[in-house]
Amino acid sequence: MSFDDPQHEPSGSDYLPVAAMELLRRRADLLRQVRSFFDNRGFLEVETPLLSADTVVDRHLDPFGVECGGRTFWLQTSPEFGMKRLLAAGAGAMYQVTRSFRQGECGRLHNPEFTIVEWYQPGHTMRQGMTLLGELAETILARGPAESVGYGEAFERYAGLDPHKADAAALARAVEEHSIAVPASLDPDDRDGWLDLLLVHLVEPRLGRERPTILYDYPASQAALARVRPGPPPVAERFELYVDGIELANGYQELTDPAELRRRNTRVNRQRARDGKPTLPVESRLLAAMDVGLPDATGVALGFDRLVMVALGAKSLADVTAFTWDRA
Amino acid sequence: MGTVNTSEFRKGLKVQLDGDPYLMIECNFVKPGKGQAMYKCKLRNLLRGTVLDRTYKSGDSIETADIEEIDAQYLYRQGDQFVFMHNENYEQYELTSDQVDDAWKYLKEGMNCSMVLFNSSPISLTPPNHVVLKVEYCEPGAKGNTASNVTKPCKVETGAEFLCPAFVEMGELIKIDTRTGEYIERVKE
Repeated sequence: MSFDDPQHEPSGSDYLPVAAMELLRRRADLLRQVRSFFDNRGFLEVETPLLSADTVVDRHLDPFGVECGGRTFWLQTSPEFGMKRLLAAGAGAMYQVTRSFRQGECGRLHNPEFTIVEWYQPGHTMRQGMTLLGELAETILARGPAESVGYGEAFERYAGLDPHKADAAALARAVEEHSIAVPASLDPDDRDGWLDLLLVHLVEPRLGRERPTILYDYPASQAALARVRPGPPPVAERFELYVDGIELANGYQELTDPAELRRRNTRVNRQRARDGKPTLPVESRLLAAMDVGLPDATGVALGFDRLVMVALGAKSLADVTAFTWDRA
Repeated sequence: MGTVNTSEFRKGLKVQLDGDPYLMIECNFVKPGKGQAMYKCKLRNLLRGTVLDRTYKSGDSIETADIEEIDAQYLYRQGDQFVFMHNENYEQYELTSDQVDDAWKYLKEGMNCSMVLFNSSPISLTPPNHVVLKVEYCEPGAKGNTASNVTKPCKVETGAEFLCPAFVEMGELIKIDTRTGEYIERVKE
């Protein structure tokens, strides 16, 4: 099916699902397997609001705003805030299967509305969180035990540089040496922008080929809501699961310090304004909960649609989604 | 000249880069989980046929190309120039043999073709999918041989040569598929 034109006009056969019914049945089987994986380990299945007064403040995540009674509510980009508030309230290990929404993300591996499996395990370290994620991948995909590779090590191996030390100019040179097409609008000083280019072109395609790969210890500048472990070099305790070069999950050793989150939100909003994007609310009920106290925990968000795609050997999310954005 | 934003990027989009018209033949949205959204595109130069790799950040925009597809009638050839007329406003266009490319093999006076204009100047020409041409010369047909898998060369009224089955005779009309240059069938007047 063509997935190129999200705004196309309704036409005769548009009412039909884009995925084959047989793959939708197998998708349902995989969902049952994921649920029993967590049920068997004593995780509580929870539900939190999809539409919330709060939203994640991220440079590259654009939530859909919905006007309700003169106020803006946000469709969640992930269930993170609601689940962390439950965590602060003492819910313990929990998981959720829910829809999430991200503006403008549309392609072979993206749909603006998609399914996230997200879980939290209080008391876990990043290493323990990676082990659990690896077990889930092994259980569902049967591609062997996951291997772990540091973000720095992966860049040394595939891009020939140290991503924690190289300055923007050195990263730009590496991009040029590998003949990677550079967006004209990329700010030469945007270090993370250069790292993303190298990641997308040189690193990601090599990950998860033989067996699932977990990339971990990200640059501190890409911590998002992860805790930063002091260096040298300081690294974000973030980890991501890759299979067949496709990113399936993102996990954190969760940031629990509210003052640090306020600082990051303010910094991200400044960056969003520079990028020409609307700023997002800095304060939230999550921060209120963190002020009272969030237990140490790991949290992971997994793109369920992509997991299904990889498990079934499909080429596109459209192969495993009943109605994609262009037919929503 | 208008511009088009990454959110409107899709296959088939016609854009302008450094003054040349390009067709977007591939457009892939990529975004590392917490990173910059990018569009990895392949663009074909509509004048030269070369293919470019370009990457755009979400929110970037490019100029659209003023590309128009018109129906034009082939009038006549004058040396290296092929002269066509716009069917609606009767404006005349002269194309070089480079621009006409292989289409010269099919051009008969009065034939309706499809022409692509860039900034109102012709850049390419496509004849109808099927054309009927008169065989001007070929070796005599083998009597009784109706097998169409035995072929021979024939020269048609445009001066071009094609392969046709052995049973085709001089003076007969044959239908050719202009996309492949292959013989389809014999036709009556």
